[in-house]
Amino acid sequence: MTDRSLFNRLKSGLAKTRDLLSPGFSNQKAAELELSDELLENFEERLLMADVGIELVQTLINQLKLDVAQAKREHLPTTVSDLFKKLVVALLEPCNQAIMLGDNKPFAILVVGVNGAGKTTTIGKLARRLKRNRKQVMLAAGDTFRAAAVEQLVTWGERNDVPVVAQATGADSAAVIFDALESAKARNIDVLIADTAGRLHTQNDLMTELQKVKRVMQKVDPAAPHETLLVIDASMGQNALRQAQEFHRSMQLTGLCITKLDGTAKGGVVLSIADQLGLPIRYIGVGEAIEDLQVFDAVQFADALLGLEPDT
Amino acid sequence: MFDNLSQRLSNTVAKLRGQSRLTEDNIKETLREVRMALLEADVALTVVRSFIERVREKAVGQEVIENLTPGQALIKVVQDELVHLMGDANEQLQLNAQAPAIIMMAGLQGAGKTTTIAKLAKRLKEQEKKKISVVSCDVYRPAAIKQLETLAGQIEVNFIPSAADESPLAIATRAVEAAKLNHDDVLFIDTAGRLHVDGDMMGEIIQLHQAVNPVETLFVVDSMSGQDAAMSAQAFNEALPLTGVILTKTDGDARGGAALSVREITGKPIKFLGTGEKVDGLEPFHPDRVASRILGMGDVLSLVEEAQQKVDHKEADKLAKKIKSGKSFNMLDLRSQLSQMQNMGGMAGLMDKLPGTAKLPAAMKSQAGDKSVQSMIAIIDSMTAKERRFPDIIKSTRKQRIAAGSGTQVQDVNRLLKQHIQMQKMMKKFSKKGGMKNLMRSMQGRLPPNMPM
Repeated sequence: MTDRSLFNRLKSGLAKTRDLLSPGFSNQKAAELELSDELLENFEERLLMADVGIELVQTLINQLKLDVAQAKREHLPTTVSDLFKKLVVALLEPCNQAIMLGDNKPFAILVVGVNGAGKTTTIGKLARRLKRNRKQVMLAAGDTFRAAAVEQLVTWGERNDVPVVAQATGADSAAVIFDALESAKARNIDVLIADTAGRLHTQNDLMTELQKVKRVMQKVDPAAPHETLLVIDASMGQNALRQAQEFHRSMQLTGLCITKLDGTAKGGVVLSIADQLGLPIRYIGVGEAIEDLQVFDAVQFADALLGLEPDT
Repeated sequence: MFDNLSQRLSNTVAKLRGQSRLTEDNIKETLREVRMALLEADVALTVVRSFIERVREKAVGQEVIENLTPGQALIKVVQDELVHLMGDANEQLQLNAQAPAIIMMAGLQGAGKTTTIAKLAKRLKEQEKKKISVVSCDVYRPAAIKQLETLAGQIEVNFIPSAADESPLAIATRAVEAAKLNHDDVLFIDTAGRLHVDGDMMGEIIQLHQAVNPVETLFVVDSMSGQDAAMSAQAFNEALPLTGVILTKTDGDARGGAALSVREITGKPIKFLGTGEKVDGLEPFHPDRVASRILGMGDVLSLVEEAQQKVDHKEADKLAKKIKSGKSFNMLDLRSQLSQMQNMGGMAGLMDKLPGTAKLPAAMKSQAGDKSVQSMIAIIDSMTAKERRFPDIIKSTRKQRIAAGSGTQVQDVNRLLKQHIQMQKMMKKFSKKGGMKNLMRSMQGRLPPNMPM
């Protein structure tokens, strides 16, 4: 797949966001623009509608004012949308880090998140992606709570022809993942992806259970999990920021995956998460198909979000 | 995050003090804060706009009720309107149809449709003794059918098998026949999660709906949803004649603004709240509770209402007059004030209703209070009539007697005396501004200093 089609796919997925975030004055030269209160309020609302958190919206608006003022002083030829894109890219750029497998074998990925975020589906897509890159992949059915979650992961395993370590529903999640990690080690697997049950970040006992999973993994490999990936649904509002904060506090996350960006959800909360936590965003999900799990790209994301053509 | 609105409002509301009528001008700033709070709670912007407009219309010109500051009066308008919008009463499922009554679920991926079916089925089975079958038309997500089968087993209702290679339409029509033969009262039809922009999938669910003609078509929405909830609700509402909404995952800390968006956009009642993944985590919808949560302000309204009802106006006026006339605030007055506080549910009751205190551990709340109010009253009751009127005469032996009589320590008596002196000072301050009413008002916002906390 070419970069171009990848952009288009992402862009069409983000179509609605683009409409919202390309304000009417975006193509005007910043140097010629009067930033009225009305215009700023309108801009603020557009950002809010894209699920960007209120505090960040205010920061961005203030920064934009300064940038426009500077453009005026120095008679710069930039447009307001260029200035805004720069702000967004600056926020997202530090998150633009892909997973590096390094020498770890197996490289253990622990996938966590709230209920219904899309953890198991993401694992299915990720397994296919890694397999395509000629990696030996194994899955661990660590969601031993939800009805048929084990079967769901097993089906993904069959589809991708990768082994799945699973026990019956109701088994100890940490034990399943421990077994899987040992087995992956013995079988010289490159990447082990462990599923976990969805849990709300406010459920203390379940968050503690997750910490136990981590500790148990560390008995096999002190460096495990090499990646603790939080899956976040792009249609979530401001609570996604709370989710990221709380999961990070108890699990020391190393990456995020943003799912369901193919609807009209704007995913603006990603900016707030980037601003507050600066966690690497590893992948984004922009569709149902397996190839619709894509490596996050800050510039492309900002382009698609703001409805700009990529600078090629 | 949770207390943002109350924090914000306390600033703007303070400026409103002392005005007897709400005007366009004096509510402007507060309404802006309310608007921001609603947005922060993920209420869709279009809904926020129309909501604020309605509140403005209702509030302007309104007189400020006794015992309320203008700010509180405005918040009361906001909250009343919010509750009203959410649907004034809780609506039940309507199952009056020729058996089997068909209930179909619809919603985005991961909203919680399948789990909700199990919860609803369990409820109908146990509370209304219905004979129930469930069937899954989700042929897309791996093991979705198996998930419903497992849940059906857990709650012991009939599961009508289906397979991933069947068409959803074929499954549904077959299931209706099976439920008829089985003499079921209710048939639940689970559908695959779908994006509202997915034309093919929306077409499929429209067809499905036409084929089985359900008596209830429930839109399941995640309470953590953001602005997009408005978009998806609108699309589903246009595609299907929805009969109700179920809000899921309400056991988290999301403010749940999506509830308001969906309710406003579809006009359909929210019938239940899902709490947790266990099969009994389902509650009837309470508009007032969700309204408070969206505003992030605790149950301020009921506090305001209680203050209106329970403060004994005669007592308050008597006290106010007394203070104005220059007479000092004695132990009897303190006692009457303490017992008024107890009438309002005591310190713990007050704290429960104040914003920001909901998250305090229960142990801390119980420490904060009611016992000390009680023992303060006991101490006063152990005084002689003369002591109550002239507390200055209470010295060491009197203290020992009072402590013994009230079952407290001398230190407690000392503390009460000290608090009384401080209260007296405070009363003098208030008497200048307008007496007891102002004091009671200020108590609604914050407790007077040096009360036992």
